[in-house]
Amino acid sequence: MRHLGFVAGWVVKAFVVVLAITILNFFLIRMAPGDPAIVLAGEAGAADEQFMAQVRQDFGLDKPLPVQLAAYVGNVLTLDLGQSYRAQRPVVDMLFERLPATLLLTGTAYLFALIVGPLLGALAAMRSRTVFDSALMVVALFFYATPIFWVGLLLILVFSVNLGWLPPFGMQSLIPVSGTLNHVLDVARHLVLPALTLGLFYVAVYVRLTRASMLETASLDYVKTARAKGLPEWRVATAHILRTALLPIITFAGLQAGHLVGGAVVVETVFAWPGIGRLAFDALFQRDYNLLLGVFLLSALMVVFFNMLTDIFLRIADPRIGGNS
Amino acid sequence: MSFFRRFAQNRGALVGLAVLFVIVLIAIFTPMVSSADPWKSLGRPLTPPGAQFPLGSDMLGRDVLTGILFGARISLLIGILSAVVSALIGVTVGAVAGFFGGWVDDVLVRITEFFQTIPSFIFAILLVAILTPGLTSIVVAIAVVTWPPIARLARAEFMTLRRREFVEAAVLSGVSQPRIIVREVLPNAISPLIVMGSLTVATAILTESALSFLGLGDPNRISWGYMIGASRTVFRQAWWLSVFPGLAIVSTVLAINLVGEGLNDALNPHLKGRVGVQ
Amino acid sequence: MPKSLKVEGTIRYDGQNLVGLAPGLHRRIRGSRIGMVFQEPMAALNPVMKVGKQIEEVFRFHNVPGPYDDRIVALLASMGLPEPELLRHAYPFRLSGGQRQRVMIAMALALDPDLLIADEPTTALDVTTQKQILSLLKAAQDERHMAIMLITHDFGVVADVGDEVAVMQEGRIVERGSVREVLHNPQHDYTRTLLAAVPDLSPRPARAASAAPPLLTATDVTKTYKGRAGLFAPRREVQAVKGVSLKLARGETVGIVGESGSGKSTFARIVVRLLKADSGEVRLEGVPGNLLALDHRQLAPVRRRVQMVFQDPFASLNPRRTVFEIVAQGLLAHGVDRRTARKRVDELLDLVALDPSAAERYPNAFSGGQRQRIGIARALALEPDVIVADEPVSALDVSIQARVLELFASIQARLGIGLLFITHDLRVAAQICDHVAVMRNGAVVEEGESAQVLFDPAHEYTRLLIDSIPGLGKLPTKRAVAPAATDAPER
Repeated sequence: MRHLGFVAGWVVKAFVVVLAITILNFFLIRMAPGDPAIVLAGEAGAADEQFMAQVRQDFGLDKPLPVQLAAYVGNVLTLDLGQSYRAQRPVVDMLFERLPATLLLTGTAYLFALIVGPLLGALAAMRSRTVFDSALMVVALFFYATPIFWVGLLLILVFSVNLGWLPPFGMQSLIPVSGTLNHVLDVARHLVLPALTLGLFYVAVYVRLTRASMLETASLDYVKTARAKGLPEWRVATAHILRTALLPIITFAGLQAGHLVGGAVVVETVFAWPGIGRLAFDALFQRDYNLLLGVFLLSALMVVFFNMLTDIFLRIADPRIGGNS
Repeated sequence: MSFFRRFAQNRGALVGLAVLFVIVLIAIFTPMVSSADPWKSLGRPLTPPGAQFPLGSDMLGRDVLTGILFGARISLLIGILSAVVSALIGVTVGAVAGFFGGWVDDVLVRITEFFQTIPSFIFAILLVAILTPGLTSIVVAIAVVTWPPIARLARAEFMTLRRREFVEAAVLSGVSQPRIIVREVLPNAISPLIVMGSLTVATAILTESALSFLGLGDPNRISWGYMIGASRTVFRQAWWLSVFPGLAIVSTVLAINLVGEGLNDALNPHLKGRVGVQ
Repeated sequence: MPKSLKVEGTIRYDGQNLVGLAPGLHRRIRGSRIGMVFQEPMAALNPVMKVGKQIEEVFRFHNVPGPYDDRIVALLASMGLPEPELLRHAYPFRLSGGQRQRVMIAMALALDPDLLIADEPTTALDVTTQKQILSLLKAAQDERHMAIMLITHDFGVVADVGDEVAVMQEGRIVERGSVREVLHNPQHDYTRTLLAAVPDLSPRPARAASAAPPLLTATDVTKTYKGRAGLFAPRREVQAVKGVSLKLARGETVGIVGESGSGKSTFARIVVRLLKADSGEVRLEGVPGNLLALDHRQLAPVRRRVQMVFQDPFASLNPRRTVFEIVAQGLLAHGVDRRTARKRVDELLDLVALDPSAAERYPNAFSGGQRQRIGIARALALEPDVIVADEPVSALDVSIQARVLELFASIQARLGIGLLFITHDLRVAAQICDHVAVMRNGAVVEEGESAQVLFDPAHEYTRLLIDSIPGLGKLPTKRAVAPAATDAPER
């Protein structure tokens, strides 16, 4: 029953987000200067009359606004995101084609950041005010203050151009490799730099947060209790300080998920990674707004998904949430 | 201990302040003093850094150094403007939600959560693309995606302060509600908000650079992100085209972050103490 | 321990010097030979680790061979905890303050230490729970033949459980000896001051004022807190105040006594209209109709007649405003000009025995007792008829408590204010109240004249409260506070 409630809660949440984004999209298009039909059909395209008529009909642009909105929401809820007027293909098809690549990239970066960041942060806190701590904090501050695309470019300069260790773009080699294992290795090699680029910023964020959170937790009364019980320091640090100190980090990671998905646009652009971020960049250049709106909707759903994962982690880690005893 | 003494105790903050001061001077005076045109070709394209071009030239033979000096203004301007707009939205929403509570709070929290859930950068791209790129649309887009954390902080502060006994005492003394918000609550909530506001400037500059990297900058003004984005196709041959403007962004953002941390130490000494003592 | 702290000298334990002992060796003594109990049971247990697991750690990391389950259950049971088999799987947030402190003690006693150090173990607890915990410690001591070093600010606790006592002032021991000796024949001035400040249970005589017509009448006041209902969870309800009725006359002090969760503070905030009641009536002399039913516009002119003094001398004054602004805020809000307000603030500061120069300073320049005086001056500024004081002395040291209580008594005698005094401390109530109402779980269980309620309690809960007062009958007695001191000029 408890799990049922949890799942139901998230389904409702996802539904509300989809609905809200749909309505937002609807009004965004109408905020654009000019005829929505022209906006949607692509300003730069030499759209003929027949084409424009199709757009008007698809969107019911000759009907009153509430009817248009209802029709639009109805379409989205039945998974009809309309056509990409550039590619002459349904937007949904294009999105789902690209989704796995983006999930792979963002998922890897998210895990990388959530494992490495707190780990380093905890080490810094345990050795607080040493050279290790100071050096790590300087590095973290640096990555915290660096634009993601610039990190990507530097990594390419160093690891692809100068050292030639890793491929600078794409998701797989131009000449297809044979065998599943080789294919996986090939993708993995291509994944390293983009995932690193996207993850490093969040590593920096979590290092700083974890360190602060650990130091704060270390001053709490129950940590004194743990020492008074005669526990060895490593046990105090892991079982008593780190466990509680991680809770705000997990919460924060959930909040940052939206940011992460947004960052994928830049990283995919730099590395020519064939995901929905790259798709967004192309749509942007071709002024294919319908496709861009679709990307926005799908990425919002991805955020809801990441939020849900975080919530599950948090429920496992913090017995005070969710009412289990 | 005074505000300035506490601030000066943080050496990083002092360095940040010095760097920021220089950048501000550059931003203010370059267009006034220099007659150079950052858009004008001055020599051979893709010249490496050297005597003619201290930081090299780009694919159209434009001077990278001039571009960087002229770009300071737009970065800082957009950073500060969007942070101010963002703080105005965030503090208003947060203050109202935290102070009044009840259904007002419920509604505002839902809205804030929604804006925090949506992928902010993609939303910013959409806004700029649809409103057509320009100073206003970029500032609006950045403000719209950066206010939620400020609102959350303001709400939390107002909510705890609202229940403080000194606010209850003011209510009993017959002090009016607007006056309680402005005179009793806001002064006690302002320190963390100032710190957060200063960090928002840094976030805004990063967001602006990413937008112009993707070609969504103000087409009439040169900016650091644009310089990197425009040279993306040749950056493997001409490293200086991405490295130097990138360094400009990093030092600005770094300086602002350091100053923000110094402000935090100086304005919220209890927070520093809590983190420092173990 | 802060890194800057330096320890010199020797601490000998069983022939071994603990100062400078290698951390590994010290660790082995902590938790096994020396147990420790802290003050805040809410903060002293790890919030995300099951209670049983936290006890198990003591065994495991002192190399006691397992299995531990039976030992843990037996230990919890011996602490008088209910259903130990279930309780050990609970997280601390499910337990009450008293239960958590029992778990703490269980943990400290798990390996039968020779010495138990208890640092203010009952200070954060209600008085009845304090009594239980102290007897638990006593029993555990007798059973184990264990020494207890008990750190406390309360001479009552010393009188109840101590054999020997050492009095500390500013980092030094100024007096030590057997408890009997020190209590009845204190040698050092500081010890004498401390002892003199402990209030005892000697009710002031009821005054004629009680016969006057009531100034404030509360009838059947009820308040229920409703938790937020989740999407799939029912809404939780707590009845905080259940049909409370009482009367307050001009110049009279009525005490509301109860432990935490009794609803006394909720009731106080309802009377001053900081909280909304669900039902019930409060009538104030000269105001037509029910005070609780007035809307905002009707309330504005009435509000100044009922003022409040708050519990926390630090949270109740805005740190960003001067004392003048704090005390004068009501006057200024009611349209008094600054010059008149200034004169009035000087008078008020004089009334609460503060120097007029205080007006220009900020709250952080003052001690807790002085801040509470500022809070009283603020409450008096609008010349109220009723003052509701919510635990106004419980955050203060005993010696300062007495002085603030004297101030209340003298002001009341002079201005004829009706005082509703909320406290958890029966001794404080005895000192200052004409009438006392005892509250428990939101309802008044007994009320009457102080002398009658405190010396001849009719309800068993009142008797339990009185029996739980630490050191009752073991401390030397003193006289009660004189109601009308004339140490400040008339206004």
